[in-house]
Amino acid sequence: MADDKSQAAQYWSTNLRLILGSLVVWAFVSYGCGILFRPLLSGIAVGGTDLGFWFAQQGSILSFIGIIFFYAWRMNKLDKEMGLEE
Amino acid sequence: MDQFYINLLFVGASFVLYFGIAIWARAGSTKEFYVAGGGVHPVANGMATAADWMSAASFISMAGLLSAGYINSSFLMGWTGGYVLLAMLLAPYLRKFGKFTVPDFIGDRFYSKGARLVAVICLIVASVTYVIGQMAGAGVAFARFLEVSNTAGIWIAAGVVFFYAVFGGMKGITYTQVAQYVVLIIAYTIPAVFISFQLTGNPLPMFGMFGEHVESGLPLLEKLDMVVRDLGFRDYTADVDNKLNMVLFTLSLMIGTAGLPHVIIRFFTVPKVADARWSAGWALIFIALLYLTAPAVGSMARLNLINTIYPNGTEQGALEYSERPEWIKTWEETGLITFEDKNGDERIQMYNDKNEAFAATAEARGWNGSELKVNNDILVLANPEIAQLPGWVIGLIAAGGIAAALSTAAGLLLAISSAVSHDLIKTMINPDISEKGELTAARISMAVAILVATYLGLNPPGFAAQTVALAFGIAGASIFPALMMGIFSKRVNNKGAVAGMVAGLAATLVYIFTFLGWFFIPGTNMLANTPDNWILGISPLSFGAVGAIINFGVAFIVSNATEEPPVEIQELVESVRYPKGAGAAVDH
Repeated sequence: MADDKSQAAQYWSTNLRLILGSLVVWAFVSYGCGILFRPLLSGIAVGGTDLGFWFAQQGSILSFIGIIFFYAWRMNKLDKEMGLEE
Repeated sequence: MDQFYINLLFVGASFVLYFGIAIWARAGSTKEFYVAGGGVHPVANGMATAADWMSAASFISMAGLLSAGYINSSFLMGWTGGYVLLAMLLAPYLRKFGKFTVPDFIGDRFYSKGARLVAVICLIVASVTYVIGQMAGAGVAFARFLEVSNTAGIWIAAGVVFFYAVFGGMKGITYTQVAQYVVLIIAYTIPAVFISFQLTGNPLPMFGMFGEHVESGLPLLEKLDMVVRDLGFRDYTADVDNKLNMVLFTLSLMIGTAGLPHVIIRFFTVPKVADARWSAGWALIFIALLYLTAPAVGSMARLNLINTIYPNGTEQGALEYSERPEWIKTWEETGLITFEDKNGDERIQMYNDKNEAFAATAEARGWNGSELKVNNDILVLANPEIAQLPGWVIGLIAAGGIAAALSTAAGLLLAISSAVSHDLIKTMINPDISEKGELTAARISMAVAILVATYLGLNPPGFAAQTVALAFGIAGASIFPALMMGIFSKRVNNKGAVAGMVAGLAATLVYIFTFLGWFFIPGTNMLANTPDNWILGISPLSFGAVGAIINFGVAFIVSNATEEPPVEIQELVESVRYPKGAGAAVDH
């Protein structure tokens, strides 16, 4: 049973790393590009305005969809690899 | 055919559909009543979640909110970014836990009746605040499109929800929500496609918004910036100065979204943990179809409105009142558009009369105050008329607005009634109640919840307008941190959780009440609700995120100062972390 336990611990730490990485992207596209770094991105023109505006209104939402599907795909794969799927 | 009959036809047909589904999806057990038997396909659940989530406010009011420009982008990011948190931090583990309600998890994980009770109270206050807006929204939609009184509209809405929610429970609600999503998304996109095509030549609103304004040859947003600047308004794309507040407001909306019980329980209805993860992604795709369209509707409708008022450009004379288009007359009757000829020139001037720097220009033009007041909801409701679309599109908008209100109301009512029948009656008051008895209790709770919501919709209390502050503040400061700590920490114990939830909640409510009045009673606020008074420039609506931080901090400090949770609770935490049965994870 010791194997099970270390495997479970490995599963959980992989999950935590994946969550952390996803949250970094999540924060970067919304709070970063959409709000805080908008002045820095003002030089990049997008359809009559700047890249920061686009991120705040569309880019962040599209990124969120990408993040969730990436996370679901990776975790569901990990479940199978570790024999932890239902 | 008269517009009234077209509307009646569309709304009537949608109701027939909902009733048909309700009869087909009767709930026979508590599991069916609370979680639709746990057998909903992840894509179907994604659609149901989208309808559950997108309320009357999303459908009717959000484009108007967004038409203020970049400054309101927080709503877009906040109300979608929460789904990332749900997908990674809450939904899969709560699905694995496999019970019926949100307080169920909090009560079991923190082995405390107190924690369960705090969770039930938070859930009821947040959901009741939210549901009042839905009833009122349904009332407005009925009154405008079906020429009945507001009161009658609210009663009709209550009757429809009663029919499928009391009999079908979550099962009936789920499949009606799928149908309601289809109705509302079609209704929302069709006028947007036409308007985008008329203005930019691009039929896809999300691209049209960043495309070229055909008439002027300029990019649409540049043109919009120019015309609003000419009338003394802020540039549409102007950046905001108070970034801290914008960040905190967005964060509060995100964690509030993730912590709202009526959204979380939708993920209890899918068969497996893996499905809960997929389902969150599908939900966000279906939500994004509307949320990517809404800012386009907001910007284009604003440009259209200004062009209507200033047909020869903002430098030239405004529209003569006698020549106003038909749709302005229609909406004047409802009071959502009002005109007052302040300078007596029989023309309609609309500009920013609160901008002192613009006052001189306005005076030079002979303007004496902005003369047109336009309710934000007009942008969506009058969209088809502004774009001169055929009558059936208006009928669709009617059915769509009502679908948006009903679907969200039903989800909220289920969250409320299951907390009452399952957490209060079954778990706390009478654990010996039979399965059949609990199902009856669930139906009665639902019926009572609908009556209460109807009463409050007819007589809205002062806090009814405070959905964002109250529902999102409570969900974010209290429910979200408790759930997250319950999953990601084995160390947080009963005392820590209760202390954290109460501290987060109390801090948030006190901050909100300080500026908006104690229990929102006008005149009882201790400080004026202006940015100068806000601590560090944090608005009361943005404080939920701070409340959440307080909740986390207090819970950790108190937990570390007191004993560890019992072994079986630590095993429970282990078991929700792994999709497969608890045995694989815990050494026995």
